[in-house]
Amino acid sequence: MDAIILQILNGLDKGSAYALIALGLTLIFGTLGVVNFAHGALFMIGAFCAVTLNRLLSLSHQVVDETRTDFLGNPLRVDIPYVYEWFGPEVGATIIDWSVPLAILFAIPIMILIGLAMERGLIKHFYKRPHADQILVTFGLAIVLQEIIKAFYGANPIPTPAPEAFVGSFDFGALIGFDPLTIMYPYWRLVYFSFAIIIIAAVFAFLRYTTFGMVVRAGMADRETVGLLGINIDKRFTIMFAIAACVAGLAGVMYTPILSPNYNMGMNFLVLSFVVVVVGGMGSLPGAVAAGFLLGILESFASRAEVIDIIPGINQVIIYLVAIIVLLTRPRGLLGRKGVMEE
Amino acid sequence: MLGLNRKDSGLFLLVICLTALAPFLLNPFPEGSELAQFNAGYPDLMQRFMIFGIFAIGFNILFGLTGYLSFGHAAFLGVGSYAGVWMMKLLTVNVVPAIIMSVIVAGLFSLIVGFISLRRSGIYFSILTLAFAQMSFALAYSVLTPITNGETGLQLSLNDPRILGISQTVDGSIPAANFFGIEMRDSLELAMGGWLFTFNAGYYLAAIVMLISFYIAIRIFRSPFGMMLRAVKSNQQRMSYTGLNTRPYALTAFVISGMYAGLAGGLMVAMDPLAGAERMYWTASGEVVLMTILGGAGTLLGPIIGASAIKYFENIFSKINDTVLHGWFSFMPDGLQDFVVAIIHPFIGKGWHLTLGLMFMLVVIFLPGGLMEGINRLRIWFGKRINGRQQTPDHAPATSS
Amino acid sequence: MSILEVNNVNKNFGGLKALNNVNLQVDAGTVHAIIGPNGAGKSTLLNCFVGRLEPDTGSVTFDGQSLLGIKPFQINQLGVSRVFQTPEIFGALTLIENVMIPAFAKRDGAFHMESWRSVASEGDLHAQAMEMLSDVGLDAKAEELAGQLSRGDKRRLELAMCLVQNPKLLLLDEPTAGMSRGDTNNTIDLMKRIAQRGVTMVVIEHDMHVVFSLAEKISVLAQGTVIVEDVPEKIKGDPRVQDAYLGGAHL
Repeated sequence: MDAIILQILNGLDKGSAYALIALGLTLIFGTLGVVNFAHGALFMIGAFCAVTLNRLLSLSHQVVDETRTDFLGNPLRVDIPYVYEWFGPEVGATIIDWSVPLAILFAIPIMILIGLAMERGLIKHFYKRPHADQILVTFGLAIVLQEIIKAFYGANPIPTPAPEAFVGSFDFGALIGFDPLTIMYPYWRLVYFSFAIIIIAAVFAFLRYTTFGMVVRAGMADRETVGLLGINIDKRFTIMFAIAACVAGLAGVMYTPILSPNYNMGMNFLVLSFVVVVVGGMGSLPGAVAAGFLLGILESFASRAEVIDIIPGINQVIIYLVAIIVLLTRPRGLLGRKGVMEE
Repeated sequence: MLGLNRKDSGLFLLVICLTALAPFLLNPFPEGSELAQFNAGYPDLMQRFMIFGIFAIGFNILFGLTGYLSFGHAAFLGVGSYAGVWMMKLLTVNVVPAIIMSVIVAGLFSLIVGFISLRRSGIYFSILTLAFAQMSFALAYSVLTPITNGETGLQLSLNDPRILGISQTVDGSIPAANFFGIEMRDSLELAMGGWLFTFNAGYYLAAIVMLISFYIAIRIFRSPFGMMLRAVKSNQQRMSYTGLNTRPYALTAFVISGMYAGLAGGLMVAMDPLAGAERMYWTASGEVVLMTILGGAGTLLGPIIGASAIKYFENIFSKINDTVLHGWFSFMPDGLQDFVVAIIHPFIGKGWHLTLGLMFMLVVIFLPGGLMEGINRLRIWFGKRINGRQQTPDHAPATSS
Repeated sequence: MSILEVNNVNKNFGGLKALNNVNLQVDAGTVHAIIGPNGAGKSTLLNCFVGRLEPDTGSVTFDGQSLLGIKPFQINQLGVSRVFQTPEIFGALTLIENVMIPAFAKRDGAFHMESWRSVASEGDLHAQAMEMLSDVGLDAKAEELAGQLSRGDKRRLELAMCLVQNPKLLLLDEPTAGMSRGDTNNTIDLMKRIAQRGVTMVVIEHDMHVVFSLAEKISVLAQGTVIVEDVPEKIKGDPRVQDAYLGGAHL
């Protein structure tokens, strides 16, 4: 039993990332009818927002410290981050320590700008083109974005730690009545999961309870009719694209302590997120979220040594295998809407 | 000629001449000159032109004709490579059985993948093929290590049985891949003035195989079968109400393109007997998509042009570095020179993928028909200008060129 | 003797009864029109003949063989061709190719792997397709792309694609919708010529001029049921038909 709970917990953080990316993909597909192969790159850019903020906050200049000397007896030159000088060393240290959560604020405007630029500059021209063209041009864009990041940040993963307060694990087992130390769960992963739930809830609430959201949902169901009502759907869809970009970016920001970002992390997540979307059902938001968590947990179970002993390599292929089976038996996916991409 | 109409015969002859004379044509700059780095006439790169040309020709039979966008074709190339290396380990280092086996194994594998994937179309098909390729990649790295040798990659060793050949040569080394005694790495070098031309046995074998593949592709394009494949792309609905079963047509195209991929994999092994799982990674599948689109999907010549262009840029662009750039712009004042080099820097050397991505986007946006469409547009444009000049005096209506 | 027999066919969409116990007999060599107000189930019925829809209950028999449970291409291979309401053609192919494809399907069956000989070497089929194109007046455009045709031309092309197969039964879904008076008359002439060759036709049509120029028998469909089936002269005066059309303004 404790082993099962542990595997579920382990699957949650990856599942959260899948769910957030898949949510954005589905929003874009449902509203704009565009298959966005560059969505993984947005996730990756989000992660690099965190890296960038961390570097910006750590910007420092050299100061001669008269109180200390090096081994030759000269005064020592030390690097002092500017934030230490502005806010004092203690607050400054805390700010740098908390750079990943702070990067959320930093990433939101950036991701919205990138999202708007992408939609207005490129995607807009591909609404009427075949899906194959959309896949191809966004695939090209993904390559360009990741190469730009590579040019600036290099090819190696850049470790970006979580705040000190969240380092380590807590004893989840003891909390719910199991033996102590049986179910240990890292704090940051719990933070990530909660964060994902909040974002998902916010997106759903936004779509459900605001007029804006209602129009968008109506547009997803029947674009032409809503257009006939004299509502400018395109403008709202542009904003939805920016929101989707933002969701992917924030998913990336918070994922950095779990996986050190490198330039091609986006592509790896994109492939899996597409599989998630297909399993969940193209065009279904709840489907995307449910399938994201489901596949994350499934992957975690398949990674158990006992399972691998029985079916070697299953952890590597489980997600694809599930996708193939689902596509062949339930072509619409688990919660897919009727009439979406059935041709 | 050979059952082709005049236009196709001309095209085929042109390709034959270009490939036969490639060692000359691709080495236009004298050795040791500033521009020698733009020469592409060395065996390794020329072999790649041919091998990836075959890969793209095959992919085009599927994507260009039927419109099914597969994102997993590298898996067939990878499987073909493994099969080829195994033949060279078990049977003989003669490349013929290796190449044949690569085609057969890739064909069988694509039959299975295609049979399942073609039950869906559109983006679902793309994702199914992607899923299969990623699965093959993951399995080749992990469970199938006894067959694939995992991360190290599969290569020949001194202990291989090679029942029809020899395990090792007299001097105790691994025998070299050959075609009935002609070693693939054998080259004939010809120095003429400042120029050096290399005629490599492996290249010419690859070239002959490519020409045969190209010829078969032309026949398929012009056949009723090819017409049916274009009909699949155009309107599947109408096809089935016309009494045609679309799925076997698409599946045959899928298997043919899978066999072409296997052939490319087999040739890769023939030139350099090793196979690794990274050949199956989905970016490798993306690469053949890029080649086909860049050259012009659905055209005969496009895939070869696309494959050569991408392989050329990959090799040449990635060799240009800042020192080279400074050399080029040395005529400029220092400040400006540094500035220009700094601007170009991200696009060259290791950044050549950025150039590739941009090129690809530009092509999809402005030239959906690829470079072939660009060439045609230019031809029409020039044609109009020339015709226009001739015809202005008597105001004759433009005739079709 | 009837070539197409429809017995007690029912089809529900959710709660909606689209077809309610439909019975229909189409005699070989005749032109049979199906008329009725919008939403009566005419197109649904036609879809059940070509395998696009499967009836919930009932039977559809063509030439003694059931059409249920087999695929559209198999139905076509039995000799049933269909012209759609919105023309279904191969837009990216030339007109001559559009007509040659059905000719190949007729000669070589549902799947035939001929990848070596060229299309150009098929002189007989080419001639046959050209003849068909000139029949519908499109021979001058044989080498143009079908997608660039006007809607009326697309319709005529689709008709040529069906006729080149020399079908036993031709199903036409509003063949003159959206056509000018002149085009409509041309199409009527063409269909009369087809009928003279002995092709059985089932026509769905709103234009009563077309219906009464061609049909030898008319079935009136209303709310998913055949309310009257008779020869044209009797249909005109039937009060039930007048009712179905809300006062019979169309007649």
